[in-house]
Amino acid sequence: MIVRIIGQGQFDVRSGLYDDLNKIDNKIVEYVQKGDEKGYKKSLAELIGVVLREGKKVPDKELFESSVIVPPADMTLEEARQVFRGEGIFKG
Amino acid sequence: MSLLNRMGTVIKAKMNKLIGGMEDPRETLDYSYEKQLDLLQNVKRGVAEVTTSKVRLQLQRAKLVQNSEKLEVQAHEALQANREDLARLALERKNTITSQIESLDKEIATLEVEEEKLVAAEKRLSTKIEVFRSRKETIKAEYSAAEAQVRISESVSGISEEMVDVGMSIERAENKTEDMKARSGALDELIDKGTLVDFTAPQDDIDRELAKISQKGQIESELARLKSEVGK
Repeated sequence: MIVRIIGQGQFDVRSGLYDDLNKIDNKIVEYVQKGDEKGYKKSLAELIGVVLREGKKVPDKELFESSVIVPPADMTLEEARQVFRGEGIFKG
Repeated sequence: MSLLNRMGTVIKAKMNKLIGGMEDPRETLDYSYEKQLDLLQNVKRGVAEVTTSKVRLQLQRAKLVQNSEKLEVQAHEALQANREDLARLALERKNTITSQIESLDKEIATLEVEEEKLVAAEKRLSTKIEVFRSRKETIKAEYSAAEAQVRISESVSGISEEMVDVGMSIERAENKTEDMKARSGALDELIDKGTLVDFTAPQDDIDRELAKISQKGQIESELARLKSEVGK
């Protein structure tokens, strides 16, 4: 499974990792809803950390589409809110 | 809906915007390639911009360090002349400058990270563009329209995703340098006027009071150090 971390490129991870990512993702949703910045930042760092740790960097010369897109490490809580609302710099 | 799902949707929408609207899929190849080259130029500009901003902050930092050293000398001289009041004033100013230097260090570090990220993005993108270019020519030469369509959509999707990523990364780096430029312009003015005040992130009352107390402690201990140096 190919995962892209915005700003850092693509990583090839085992498909079983999807469940782990999903769990962290759910925590992030909760923290964003509660407005818990500390919890949000920690979970986002965890999400990115797992991909970096478990994944193998996809060589630059490959042209793949990713199955999962992970937001950039420096995305703020407010920006995450905007992503859920479909606004801001991440709007389509 | 989860954040990862939302991110996927956002990126897809951006990708469609990037490549949509071409009648002949072969046209899509050339159109996408043109856009890739434009984007690569943008990344190069982005890298240059971040580097310029970083150098500017480094120059400011050097200026502040100079000021700080001058104030230290002044405090020293003031004490030798038995003017503890003046020495205290000089140390207070030095203290403000020190915290300003610390916040500049943080900004310089942030820009260095942005710079590294963009340089890596530039490398990644230019390799992918090269791969895309040669695939584009093969597809055009060897495949029938129907076969080409499948191959085109694979190649174009792969590179479009990269383009969206790089585009976002440049935008974020630009926003960061814009913020810093504004602050650094204000700082330049203050340095020139010699009325440097601490304007690091806004604090609440308690933070401010605590900062004052710790600043006072630092000034007293620096004063004591200088006093022992001049033997008074």
